[in-house]
Amino acid sequence: MDARQTGRRPRLAVWKFASCDGCQLTLLDCEDELLSIAAEMEIAYFLEASSAPGPGPYDLSLVEGSITTPEDAERIRHVRRVSRRLVTIGACATAGGIQALRDFADVREFTSVVYARPEYIATLERSTPISANVPVDFELRGCPIDKRQLLEVITAFLADRRPVVPGHSVCVECKARGNVCVLVAHGTPCLGPVTQAGCGALCPAYNRGCYGCFGPAETTNSGALNAKLRALGMSDPDLVRVYRTFNATEEPFRRASEEAEGDA
Amino acid sequence: MGIKRDISHTVWSVRGNAVMDVVTRSLEPLIAALRAAGYTVVGPTVKDRAIRLTEISSAAELPDGTGDVQEPGNYRLTERDDGMVFGYAASPDSAKRFTQPPRQTLIRSRGQVIEEVEPEAPRIALLGLRACDLAAIAVQDRVFLGGRHPDPAYRRRREALFLIAVNCAVPGGTCFCVSMGTGPKATAGFDLALTELAAPHRFLIETGSERGARIVAAIPHQAATGDDVAAADEVSRTAAGRMGRTVDTEGVQEWLPAAHDHPRWDDVASRCLACTNCTMACPTCFCSTVEDVTDLSGDVAERSERWDSCFTLDFSEVGGSPVRGSQRGRYRQWLTHKFATWYDQFGTSGCVGCGRCITWCPTGIDVTEELSAIRYGTEGPSCIR
Ligand code: SF4
Ligand code: SF4
Ligand code: SF4
Ligand code: SF4
Repeated sequence: MDARQTGRRPRLAVWKFASCDGCQLTLLDCEDELLSIAAEMEIAYFLEASSAPGPGPYDLSLVEGSITTPEDAERIRHVRRVSRRLVTIGACATAGGIQALRDFADVREFTSVVYARPEYIATLERSTPISANVPVDFELRGCPIDKRQLLEVITAFLADRRPVVPGHSVCVECKARGNVCVLVAHGTPCLGPVTQAGCGALCPAYNRGCYGCFGPAETTNSGALNAKLRALGMSDPDLVRVYRTFNATEEPFRRASEEAEGDA
Repeated sequence: MGIKRDISHTVWSVRGNAVMDVVTRSLEPLIAALRAAGYTVVGPTVKDRAIRLTEISSAAELPDGTGDVQEPGNYRLTERDDGMVFGYAASPDSAKRFTQPPRQTLIRSRGQVIEEVEPEAPRIALLGLRACDLAAIAVQDRVFLGGRHPDPAYRRRREALFLIAVNCAVPGGTCFCVSMGTGPKATAGFDLALTELAAPHRFLIETGSERGARIVAAIPHQAATGDDVAAADEVSRTAAGRMGRTVDTEGVQEWLPAAHDHPRWDDVASRCLACTNCTMACPTCFCSTVEDVTDLSGDVAERSERWDSCFTLDFSEVGGSPVRGSQRGRYRQWLTHKFATWYDQFGTSGCVGCGRCITWCPTGIDVTEELSAIRYGTEGPSCIR
């Protein structure tokens, strides 16, 4: 990789758009590995960790958050211009996040209800993923992202190789981990069969159903899953709600919720 | 059509016919003897509302008073009051996790130096395997040890396993080992095989190997009487009459591959989630993929092997796109390989009739029903039960 070949440490930047900071925190949570990252990369811009931002350009930009304001729509173009590689991290950045629920409603109505002076609020009609605004080199899913996967993406960037981030379902990790299937053995609704792996099947490991925080898997058949979830007693409004969370506007989840809504 | 069971490359499969069957009252001494012989005992126990195979240290941890109900896409525990310990059907766990771990490191390199990674082969006594589980191990033996490239890591793990079968008394609603010729009575491939008998509560023990005989010699036992043996035969005979399912595999090697364009594949694809649960739960499905990773410094690189499934897109990716992109194509590949082309490859069926893929399929897709629909047709589409 070029920066390494020139003996210069690649420069890392971490950016925040409309988000909760949880994914950036995942980077700070890499306590044991943080020093190794700092040894391999110059952490040039990371306001969550340091208030002394270094100027661009950057070799790797990690971008958290979605685009919800006209200013941010401009700012992300700047970030793209000063970044050699741009990786989006977390459901907000890859799918618009929970704030994309506005896409299913009228955002002006929300602002008029929530804010005393709605005319001060400049916001866009929709919350869009970064990839809808600028070209993105890699998208890392999750709400929040998984620490191991973040390290893998950074490591793969440093080695100039494809990150090992499979697109298959949570069920693959669930069985490998040795969980009992909560859907089959407990009758607990679980979105694992239509959700992309990456978390290590965290929720089923604690006898909870997956609620789809990593977004749709490489292939989904939500019609078949919905039939099972209905058989377990979920109502159509329940089904609409489970697909409309952090990844509501991802096409397969949008279709799944609309299918349930249509039947309602 | 049954699984051929002699495994010439395994030293312990020779049945010690001279050894008499014995009877014992309690499994506590057996577990203690195995532990004293250096084995970790892994047996059935109730955990997370299922009967799991996990490490146990006492017979008190066995699922006394617990049974199960299994049907397509559903598994529930039940209470029993017959004092039986093994009154349940196949556990969600098979021996596969122990013969073929979900993930293992193959090679590691540090700088320019390649390090040998010593495969882990813990001494484990698996207690409570069913006849179908033993048949599945025999299928895996053929896959990993047969042919020109036997897998030394598999061999080491396999040799470190002490296998204790328990003959099925109450097959589950998704079992069809009789159709596959693999059960319900364990006839070979075990170190010890137990049959649980009632009134008085006792276990008939058959010995299948020399090391099995050494363990039996170390525990209190009596010679089995003719009545004990007859009672054990009756358990297996009754169980054989209680199969939850049947399947007609006569000529399957011809008619299944020939059904390549059957409309049923579209029907099953509409119900299949491509979630991989069937293949992960199946005790014979052996497919894996390799993953190469580096560390942050770039000095250490590692290649590991992990469970994969023919239901993922990466599995058939060639030149950037999957050869089997459709759900229809992937389900067809799985069923056809398992029941038909496995014969061409390994000389047996890939299915031992344990029913796990049926129980643990979230939408309840039933291989026996799919096979029969393909062969004989069906009235109307099937649905979730
Ligand atoms: S618990 Fe959920 S994620 Fe795990 S195997 Fe079952 S359906 Fe899949
Ligand atoms: S199991 Fe599902 S909801 Fe839970 S962390 Fe994983 S992807 Fe998110
Ligand atoms: S195909 Fe199904 S029934 Fe046959 S061995 Fe595999 S899991 Fe058991
Ligand atoms: S057959 Fe069932 S378990 Fe197998 S991939 Fe399809 S939905 Fe999943």
